[in-house]
Order: sequence, then C-alpha cells, then structure tokens
Amino acid sequence: MTPVDYLELALTFSTELVLLVTLGLVLFLDLRGWLGSTLAVRSQRGATLTAVGLVLAGGVLLTFPPVADAPAGSFVLTQTTLWVKLALLGLSLASVLLLAGSEITEHVGEFCALFLLATEGLLLMVGAENLLMLFVALELSSLSLYALTALNRRHPDASEAALKYFLIGSTAAAGTLFGLSLLYGLTGTLQFSLLTARIGSHIGDPLLWAGLALTLAGFAFKVAAVPFHTWAPDVYQVAPGPAAALVAAGSKLAGFLVLLRLLHAGLAPIPGTASGLPFQSGWMPAVALLAVASMAVGNLAALAQTRVRRLLAWSAIAQAGYALVGILGPTTDATLAVQYFAFTYGLAVVGLFGVLEALAAAGESDEISSLAGLWRRSPLLAVCFTTFVLSLAGIPPLAGFLGKFFLFVAALKRGQPLDHLWLVAVALGFSVVSLYYYLKLLKPVLVADPAPEVRPLPVPRLLALTLVVLAAAVLVLGIFPTLLLGSGTL
Amino acid sequence: MNSWPLLSVLTFLPLLGALLLAVFPLPTRAVVRSFAVGALALTALLMAKFDLGTSGLQFVEKAPWIPSLGVDYFVGVDGLSLLLVLLTALLLPLAWEVAGPERTSERSFGALFLLLQSALFGTFTALNFIHWFLYWELGLIPAYFLIKLWGHDDRRGAATQFFVYTFGGSIAMLVAMQAVYLTAGTFDLIQLRDLAATGELARRLPERLTGWGPELRLLLFLGVFVGLAVKVPLFPFHGWLAPTYSSAPPSVTVLLTGAMSKMGVYGFLRILLPLFPQETRTLLGPLVALTVISLVFAAFAALAQTNLRRMLAYSSMNHLGYAVLGLLVAMDPAARANPGASPAVTALAGAVLQLFNHGITAGALFACVALLERRLPQGSNLEHLGGLRAVAPVFAGLMGLSVFASLGLPGLNGFISEFLIFAGVFPLAPAAALLSLPGLLVSAWFLLNLMQRVFLGPATPACRGFADLNVREIATLAPALGIMLLLGVFPQVALMFLNPTIQGYLTRMAP
Amino acid sequence: MLAWTLYLSFGAAVASFASARCCPAVARWIALLGSVGGLVLGIVGALTLPAGGGLNTLVQVPWIPWLHAEYHLAADGISVVLVWLTGLAATAGVLFSWNLKHRAGEFFGWYLVLVGAVYGVFLSWDLLLLFVFYEIAIVPKYFLIAIWGSTRREYGAMKLALYSFAGSAAVLVGLVAAYALGGATSFNLSTLAAQPVAESVQHGLFALVFVGFAVLAGLWPFHTWAPTGHVAAPTAASMMLAGVIMKLGAYGCLRVAMTLFPAGLAPWAGVFGALAGIGILWGAVVALRQTDFKFVIGYSSVSHMGFVLLGLASATTLGLTGAVLQMFSHGVIAGLLFAVVGRMVYDRCHTRNLDELSGFALARVLPWIAVTFVIAALASMGLPGFSGFVAELKVLTGAWNRFPGWVAVAGLGLIAGVAYTLRAIQRVFFSGEPETAGTAPGHALEPVSLPEKLGTVLLVAATLVVGLYPRLLLDWILPALQTPLFAELRRRAGG
Repeated sequence: MTPVDYLELALTFSTELVLLVTLGLVLFLDLRGWLGSTLAVRSQRGATLTAVGLVLAGGVLLTFPPVADAPAGSFVLTQTTLWVKLALLGLSLASVLLLAGSEITEHVGEFCALFLLATEGLLLMVGAENLLMLFVALELSSLSLYALTALNRRHPDASEAALKYFLIGSTAAAGTLFGLSLLYGLTGTLQFSLLTARIGSHIGDPLLWAGLALTLAGFAFKVAAVPFHTWAPDVYQVAPGPAAALVAAGSKLAGFLVLLRLLHAGLAPIPGTASGLPFQSGWMPAVALLAVASMAVGNLAALAQTRVRRLLAWSAIAQAGYALVGILGPTTDATLAVQYFAFTYGLAVVGLFGVLEALAAAGESDEISSLAGLWRRSPLLAVCFTTFVLSLAGIPPLAGFLGKFFLFVAALKRGQPLDHLWLVAVALGFSVVSLYYYLKLLKPVLVADPAPEVRPLPVPRLLALTLVVLAAAVLVLGIFPTLLLGSGTL
Repeated sequence: MNSWPLLSVLTFLPLLGALLLAVFPLPTRAVVRSFAVGALALTALLMAKFDLGTSGLQFVEKAPWIPSLGVDYFVGVDGLSLLLVLLTALLLPLAWEVAGPERTSERSFGALFLLLQSALFGTFTALNFIHWFLYWELGLIPAYFLIKLWGHDDRRGAATQFFVYTFGGSIAMLVAMQAVYLTAGTFDLIQLRDLAATGELARRLPERLTGWGPELRLLLFLGVFVGLAVKVPLFPFHGWLAPTYSSAPPSVTVLLTGAMSKMGVYGFLRILLPLFPQETRTLLGPLVALTVISLVFAAFAALAQTNLRRMLAYSSMNHLGYAVLGLLVAMDPAARANPGASPAVTALAGAVLQLFNHGITAGALFACVALLERRLPQGSNLEHLGGLRAVAPVFAGLMGLSVFASLGLPGLNGFISEFLIFAGVFPLAPAAALLSLPGLLVSAWFLLNLMQRVFLGPATPACRGFADLNVREIATLAPALGIMLLLGVFPQVALMFLNPTIQGYLTRMAP
Repeated sequence: MLAWTLYLSFGAAVASFASARCCPAVARWIALLGSVGGLVLGIVGALTLPAGGGLNTLVQVPWIPWLHAEYHLAADGISVVLVWLTGLAATAGVLFSWNLKHRAGEFFGWYLVLVGAVYGVFLSWDLLLLFVFYEIAIVPKYFLIAIWGSTRREYGAMKLALYSFAGSAAVLVGLVAAYALGGATSFNLSTLAAQPVAESVQHGLFALVFVGFAVLAGLWPFHTWAPTGHVAAPTAASMMLAGVIMKLGAYGCLRVAMTLFPAGLAPWAGVFGALAGIGILWGAVVALRQTDFKFVIGYSSVSHMGFVLLGLASATTLGLTGAVLQMFSHGVIAGLLFAVVGRMVYDRCHTRNLDELSGFALARVLPWIAVTFVIAALASMGLPGFSGFVAELKVLTGAWNRFPGWVAVAGLGLIAGVAYTLRAIQRVFFSGEPETAGTAPGHALEPVSLPEKLGTVLLVAATLVVGLYPRLLLDWILPALQTPLFAELRRRAGG
C-alpha cells in the first residue's frame, strides 16, 4: 500500500471541496452577514452564492483531466463520470437559481447548505467504485433531500411528506445495504471490477438473486420506479421548488447512471431468461418488469391528476420506466442514451418547477386550472412551460424526443435486432397515452382565456433568464445532440 | 391531315364564347348568336371539304396527351359523326331563339348554352375514349345547371336525378373501359376497334386479367351498355327521362332531346358495337328484345300522359328505340354473310338517319312547346289546350307539320328513316319488327290524339287570345321545317354522307 | 434551393411568433411572404434540379454520428409534386385567413411551423429526420384547432393529436425495427430499403408502419379523427389538414412502409384494398347524411383519400402514379372546398347547417362563392377536365386487375359522391326562394374580398391545369417510381 499523498487526494476531491467551502460560506453568511435583510434578498444572495460555488466546482472539475481507471480505488473519474458530474452540477445550478428571490423558506442558509450537501452526495455517488462508498454517498444525498423537502413554509404538510419520503427511503436504503452485504458476502469484495470477475461462480445461488433484488430496490427508489414510487407524488407536491427540482432532475440522473453501472459493470455476467423472452442477462427481466410497471402505473395515474405537481410526479415515474428500457441496451449505447435522456429530462423538469415557482410566488395554487390564460398573463412563462412540457411529451425537435429515441435504440441494439421490440412498442404505446395529459397541461396555458381580472405575472429577472436558458438548451440540444454526446461514432 | 385544325376550332369556339360570357359583361344575345353562326359556318365548311368518297376518318388531329395512360388528343369525323355535328350546329340557334328574352339576357344562361354545344361537338368528334369521356361528362354540367336554374316545378329533384343517373351509368362504363385498357394498353377507339375486329382483344383479355372466366367479357359489355343506355334512354334506365324533359325549360329540352340523347346512340355505334362485336352477337336476342320492350313501353307511356312535355319525352324515347333497334339488328350474324349490300346496311343507314331526323323533329316540337309556353305558362298541361288552330293557324300549321314528321308521314323526313329501319329489320329479325309495330301504331295514335286535343275543337278559355307566331318566330322554325321537307323528299342529301361510312363500318366489323 | 422551403417556413414562423407581442397585424404578411416564398422556391428549386423526377440529394451532413443519423434532404419527383402541393395549399390557406384577427401572430406562427414540418417530411431522406418532421407537425395541428377552431374544437383537437400520435408511435416501432435489422448502421432510406429482411418479419412490420401512416391518411376505420378534426379546425387549418396533412400519411405509406418492407404488402394487399374500398363508399354515404356543411366535406375527404390508399394497395405503377396524383389533386380540391365552407360561407353566415344556409340565397347574393363551390364540387366529383378525374382513373385502372370488386365499390362511391355534392350545392346555394332573398339575413353579407378571390383562382387554376395537362405532374411522378428505391416493389408487382 502506497502512502497517501494528501495533496493528490485534495486535488482528486477538489470539486467536492469547493462545494464544501461554499457550503460553509453560505451558512456563515446567512447566519451572520445577511441578518438584517429581507427574506427575498437573503434567498437571492444565498442562491447566487451557491450558484457561484457550483460554477466554480465545475470549473475545477474541468481543469483536472480525468485520471485513468483505478481498479483498486474507491472512486474513479472516467470520461463518463466526468460528464455526469458536470451535468449534475449544471442541473443543480439551474435548480438552485429557482431559489433566488423566493420566500419559500426562512432558513436560507440551511437550505443552501443542504442543497450543496445533496449535490455533493450525488457527485460522490456517481464516482464511487466501491459498494460501501456508493452506499454512503447515496445516503448523504438522500438524507439531505429528506430535509430539504421539509423546508417549505408555504405547505404546512411538507414535513409529513418529508417523513414519508424518509421512511420509504430508509427502508429502501436498508434493503440496498442488505443487498450489498449479500453481494459482498458471496464474492468477498466491494469493488465493482472484482465483483464482476467473481460473481460468475455464484450463478444460481438464491442469495445472489436476493442480493440483486434488494440492491435494485434501493435504486428503484432513487429513480422513483414502480413499486418504489409512492413517495414521489407527495414530495413533488410539497417540496420547495428548488428541492423538488433537484430530486426530480439531479438525483434521477445520478440514480440512473449508478444503476446502469451497477447492472452493466457489476452484474453483467449473470445469465438468465424469462419465460421464453430473450434476455441476455439475469437482471434484465427484473428491469424490464420494473420498466413496464413504471410506464403503466405512471402514465395511467397521471391521467387522473388535477394538480400540476402531482401530474409531474406521475409522469416522472413513467419517464423512469422509459429510462429503464434504455438501460437494457449494450453498455456504451445505454450509457450515452441514459446520459442524454436524464440530463435533458432534468433540464425540462427544473424548468417546469421554475415556472411553477413563479406561479406559486404569485399566490396561484397548483391546480391545472390556475394555469388558465398564462399566454396572456406571461407569454414568457407560457412559452417556456410549453417547451418543457412538449419536451417531456417527446415532441421533436425538443430534446425529450431524441432522449426517448436513444433509449429505445439502445434497447434494440442488445441481442438479436428485434429482441426488445415489444418493450419499445409498449413504451411508445404509453407515450401516446402521455400525450393526452401533457396536452391537458398545455390546454389552459395556451388555449384558455384568462379569468376576467387579468393580472400579469411578474417573473424575477434571474428566474426568467434561467428559464429562457433552460428552454433554449432543451431546443438546441434536441436539434444538435452532438453538443452533449460528442460527434464520435460507435 | 388538314393544315387547319378545323375540328378543334369547332369544339373550342363555343367554349371560348362561354368563357367570354362568364368573365366579361358582354351582350349575351349578340355573343351567343355570333358564336352559333360561327359554328354553323364552320360546320358548313367541314361539309364542303368532306370527301364523300371515302369511308375513313377525315380532318384527323392527333397528339399525345397522357401517354402513361394511352390517352391522346384525337379527333376526326366520318359521315356518321359529321351528321351529328351538323345536327348540333343546327339545333343550338333554334333552341336559343325560342328560349325567351328573360333567359337569353342572362349571361350565365348563354355561357352554359355554349358550353353544352362545345361538349356536344367534342363528343361527336373525339376518338380516344378518355378524350370522348371528357366531353361526355362535360355535357352534364351545363345541362344540370340549365335545368336547375331555369327549370320548372320540381326542377331540383329532376336535375339531380338526371345527373346521378347519367353519372352512375358513366361510372359503369368507365370501370369496364379500364379493363379494356388493361387488356389492350390503349384507349384509342380506332385501335381498339381494329383489335376487336380481329378477335385480338377477346384473346388477350383472359391473359391480361387473370382470374376471370368468360363472364368477364359479358360484364364489360354490360358495363358499357348500361352507361350508354342510360343516356338514350332504354327501358329500364329511363327513370330520369320524363321528370327531366318536363321540368327543363323547353328550349333546353330542344338540345337535350335533339342532340344530347344522340350521344348515347352514338356511343353504341362508336364504342359498344365495335369493341364488343362477339358479345353483341351473343346477347343480340336479349338486347333486341329489350329495345322492342323499350320502344313499345315508351309509346304506351306517352299515350298515358296528360302533360305535353312528358308526352313528347316518351315519344323521343320511342323514336330513339327504333334507331337502336336498327343498329342492333345490323349486327345480326346473318348479315355478316354479305356485308356491303344487305339489309344490315339499310337498317344501319336508317338508324343513323333516324338520329338526325329525330333530332330535327323533336327539336322543332320542343321549340314549338317553348313558343307555346311563352304565351301560356301552363301550356304544356293538355287540359288547358284546345282549339288552337282557329286562334293561331300559323302555329298550328307549323307544329302540326312537326308532329306529322314525327309520326312518320310519307313525304316528311321521319318516314324515310323509319322505313329504312324496318326495311332492314324485317328480313333480319321479322319477329322484332312485328313486335315493334304496336309501337308505331300507338305512336301514331297518341300523336294524332295530341293534334286533335290541341288544335281542333273549340278554343279553351286559356287559349283565347293566343297570339300567333310572328315573322321572327316563323323564321326561327323555318330551317328545321325546311330540313324535314327536304329530307322527306330527297333523303339522298343526307344518305350520301352516310353511305360510304356505313359500308366501311360494317365491312370492318366483319371478322 | 428546395431545402430553403423549410428554412423559410420555420424562419417565417419565428418571425410571426415574434410579431405576436409587438405587431400582430404584420403576421399575415409574414405568413404570406413565407408561404408564397415556399411555393416559388419549390417551383424554381424543382426546375433547377439536374434530372426531372429522379432522386437528387439536396443536403447531406452528419447529424447524430453515434446513430449514423444524417441531416439528409433529398427530392425525387414525388417529393417535388407534394412540395408544390404544400406551397399551393399553404399560400391559399394564408389568403383565406386574411381576415383572422384573434391572436394572429401565434396563429400564423403555428401555421408556418406546420407548413415547414410538412416540407421537411416530403424532403427528408433520412428516416429519423423524416419522423422528426412528421412529429413536429402534430403539435401545431392541436393548437390551431384548440385555439382558433369552432365546433367541439377541444375534442376535435385532442382526438386528432392522439390519433396522429398513436399512428406515429406505430410507425416509430417499425422504423427502429428496420434500423435495428440493418445493424443500426444507417437511417438512410435507400440503404434500409435495399437491405434484405426476412419475409415473415416484413409482413408484421409492414402492417404496423402502413397502418401507422394510414391513420393520418384517413384509412377506414381509423378515419374518425378526420371529420371531427376538419370540422373543428379553422379554415386555413382544415385546408392544410385535408389538403396536405392527410397526404403526409399517404406519403409515408408509399415512401416508407412500402419501400422498407416491399414483401410485406402481399399478404395485406387484400385487406388494405378492402379497407380503402370501404372507406371510399363509407365516406361518401356518410357525407350524404350530414346536415353540417363542413361535415359533408370532411367525410368526402375520407372518401377521396380512399382512392389514394386503393392505389397504394394495388402496388402497380399505374395505381401508385394515380395515388400520388390523387394526393395532389385532393389536396387542391379539398383546400378549395374547405375554403368555401369555412371562410366564404361560415364567416359570413355564421352557420353551417345546410337548411339554415338555404335561407341566405347565396347564389344570388354572392355568386362568386356559388361559382367557386360549384367548380370545386365538380372537380371533387371527379369530372373529366379536373385533376381528380385523371388521378382516380389511374387509381381505378391500376387497381382493376387486383381488386375488381373494390373498384366497383369505388365506382359506387363516386356515384354517392355526386349525390352528396349535388345535395350540398342544392341545399346551400340554390334553395333560397327568390322572393325571400331580399329579406334573408344574407342581405348584408360582406362582399368577397380580394385575397379570397386570389386564393380561389390559385386553387382552381391548379386543379384545371393538372386536369387538362396531367403530364405536368406525371412527368415527375413516373421517373420517381422508376428509381431503385421502388425496384423491389416493381419487381413484385410485375411478378
């Protein structure tokens, strides 16, 4: 064992360190420096500072070229993880900007701190090469998000939702931990790479299946896949906008990528089939099942919603189903597809929460009907909202279309050409269903006339800028996906 | 090939007039008159340049139009079509002059009139099926609107019924002709005629349209037959006839019965019989029977009418029945033994002459009805009429002459053609001739009956004060009456145009 | 230059949306400029193509290298004909929407997005790109109907959107399958069409893709979106919907389904031929029973699109030529009919009920409208001299040998077509009693405006010119059907 070079260690974790410093700074300043200011000013400053920290972190990350894969280490930094970390920072940045000028919580410092901590957890999670580290990072982000959920003074029942989130989350986490320990017990290693090598000799062992199922459950919770989705509607409903955005966007991106890595790198060699359907790997039937269940439950439940946020939650569950379809693909394709999908999905969702924040700040409820006449009250919000919703619906040229398309193509590339066509067909079928409720969201925004007493909706400048940038990104990335994916061919 | 595309000019001239009237606010009467005179002059020129010695097509123009569908712009005339072109050119001025000032002052009326003339010229000169069909259908449009916009009583139903009936028949014909095209690869009626005459068409049919038995050829024949029979009309496709003729303005009926009804019979001669010689022979018995039923039925139906226009409508159906009878019988296999100088030539010549004669006679009759109705709006109801001879002797005389021509009085044109038909039919199909006789008799009966009711006896209250024809109206009717007398005495004037064509026609049909 | 049709349309769309805030009054000028520009670019661009009718690549650059998707625009004769149709319909649509005031900037914005997307579909040679444009066209339709529509507009809009989307989902399944079967190496239509695919696989995928596209083409029994959608849509949108959007579906059937899976047609030809035949008759008979003027026209579109599908199902060169020609022809004629009903009649009389309309004595008060409708109706009946005749003749001739029974049914449909058209003419225009004409509410009807007249002349001229000289289009369509893309289809049809 080589002695630890602390400088090297500090450099390796420089991104995370920047975030930690920012965290301390924002806590300190909010407690000391900004005492006399109004809540709006405080949140403006807190959000700005956090944003600056996130941007700095991104800059730092970019200045350190990725280190070669270290099989024995606990963390790796590959091109993919670098990409995902940057994407995470981007999504967090967009999410925290929603806080600017908001009066959603009195605890601005704590909010920003928890927000940074959650981001930190997600970054670590993505880079973890060690099962234990993975779990720790997972918990770090989860615990921060539980707390963030509760920090909403507009909703008295926020703490109830947070508790629900926490209870389900902890149960899932316990399951994950148990599953990981089973895997460790079978193979004697916590390293992904070694796990891959050793797992082959335990095929057919019921303990392996149990470990697999329990581990999957934890991540299924993270990405809100059925049947571990029940927390989502409540959290989406009551969490403060920036927190909900982070849960819906950043946390999902990280969750999918880690799940993908775990399945592809860790569990790939497990063979298996399910009742004659061709699958290449033992975990595939389970993931396919989760995917179909998520798409079905999410889309059908979304049809019945009358509140925007709950609708978004159910649609998020459905979208998780699509992503799970893509995870079935060959590693490189699946990774690219999930990266693109989860990131652009995140952009749209953050944007949607931004629009909803603006509405909530004006005292509107989140009933769909309260969107009526948005085109007249604030054309900017209406345009952005439309862009985001259409992207979620998968309408080209917005990024949501290619996101889904990439997932389906990835799934088809595995095995014989048409092995997974049925799954793609199911997914497309449900996306037709989803168009109904997405259009139901857009109808009041663009079609309905506003109530007689038309009040224009003020949009804070920073929020407006954020939304415009997000909407533009959704459009531009949809037309030029190579900006995200690079122009390499496979 | 002529240096001047006379036939195209003739066809498009009225169309040009129609367009001018549609677009520019020109004096309608002057425009229609000058175009009608122009058409007559052109027709006269055609007749003057027509080579009487040949049976072939003359004034031919041909240019590719839709090559991928075997469609050419192809026009030409033989004696048969020339006679019908002449008929059209003659009838238009007659119809126009009796239409009445309140109609002839409307530009749209004039435009539709000219459009109809264009369609008629086109139908009688086009020699590619699609090209022909274009005019065949085009004729429907002006006729429909002339009836709809200026007709009487139940004009809406009548116009629609007329259109739908004819269109339905056309579709049947079109679908059948598509199969012919698929077999032969062309819509060229002349090429098709030659293919059919050698039996090549029948031979190719099962090769090109697989999966069919011999019934296909009969089906195709029937498809074309239905399309044409509706237009003539033959029983039982005559449902549109009486409502249409009785609700159309009489001036329009002059054209409908005088020229448009000839389109159907012309189609028999140009399409049905040449393209399906064997099928015609196979089905000759039933077809002749249908025709006989049709003409006898029409005679009795005419007898039962109390409305002058309806009566004349059925009378038209009766007279065209003879023409169809004549041309069907001319196809009799027995006549094939000696094509050239046989009863078949007689029957066919009679049939074609009958077309022309009936056009003139029925046109004149409806022109009289038009004049009558301008004086008595309810005039076609026979109850109101009576004793006109005393009140309006000139009118009674001229209309009486037309009625006599119609019933086939010797010395007038109708006699010659019906005589020729029966002279041809008797040797070939004596039964059909005998069974048709009741038609002739009843026809004579109701026409005489008509004369008696309208002209004799005391004048009815409605007819008192009936103004007799003025010079201008007499001049309008005079050409038609002149032709009746002329052809009654010198039928050769028309027959010289027909004879070579008909000889050639029958010779080519013989296998 | 053809590629600029879509850039121009999308650019004009952006400009029009931008004008919504500041100066909505200029939106219609922007739209006119965009659509006339598209028409001119389409014509000039086509005429400058090297060889008439064959395939010409316009642009080909990598788009998503990972998937080997390319930004590949190309045009053959079929594309050219449909691009012209789009230009005509789009221009006429703007002219017939000249009086639109409500949210004009947005209206023309969505409208131009739709137009641009349609150009995109007709010019895409990369299947992913084609599908992208196909999907882009869905959303504007929804909003055009939901915001500016009339009768049950939200229902009609949603139904249309869901039907379209469901159809395109089926299409997408087939597309990605074809792509995966080719080893995920190309979305190029020619490449995919040339790859060998097992016949049994083709049978299934063909049906999926064909039906997916045919939903938009109004294939019976998936046609029900069409009448409700057409009726609910504002005039310009119904003109585009019936005139061009339904052609998108048919175009997809021909360009994608039949070329990617040429062996797939054989077992289904009878079924699709039957559905097409039923659609022709059904649409016509149902139209005969309508009391709403616009529904009459809406169902007539179903009937006429049946001819396109019948031609496609026949798979003979004649039938396919006829189908493409019918796409153009119906596009123009349906546009004209909807213009009369939606703009000329409804905007003035505020009713579409056939009986109520008779009280307006329109033929006397505004003869221009009556004459326009009569001409459009005659063209729609398929009378010779108008474009519909040549097209339907070709379709029926092409289908004769394969489906004689359905050709006969289509013939009945034509007769029913005459009946419902005459019925509409009669009820709407010629039923008013002359005595009541003066007292009817039609007394103060707004006179026919110049843009309406221009639009009428444009469309009437198009149908007449093509009807009298069909080679204008046939000389483009026929060479296109001789390209290698259709080689397999030709081989099978011949054998």
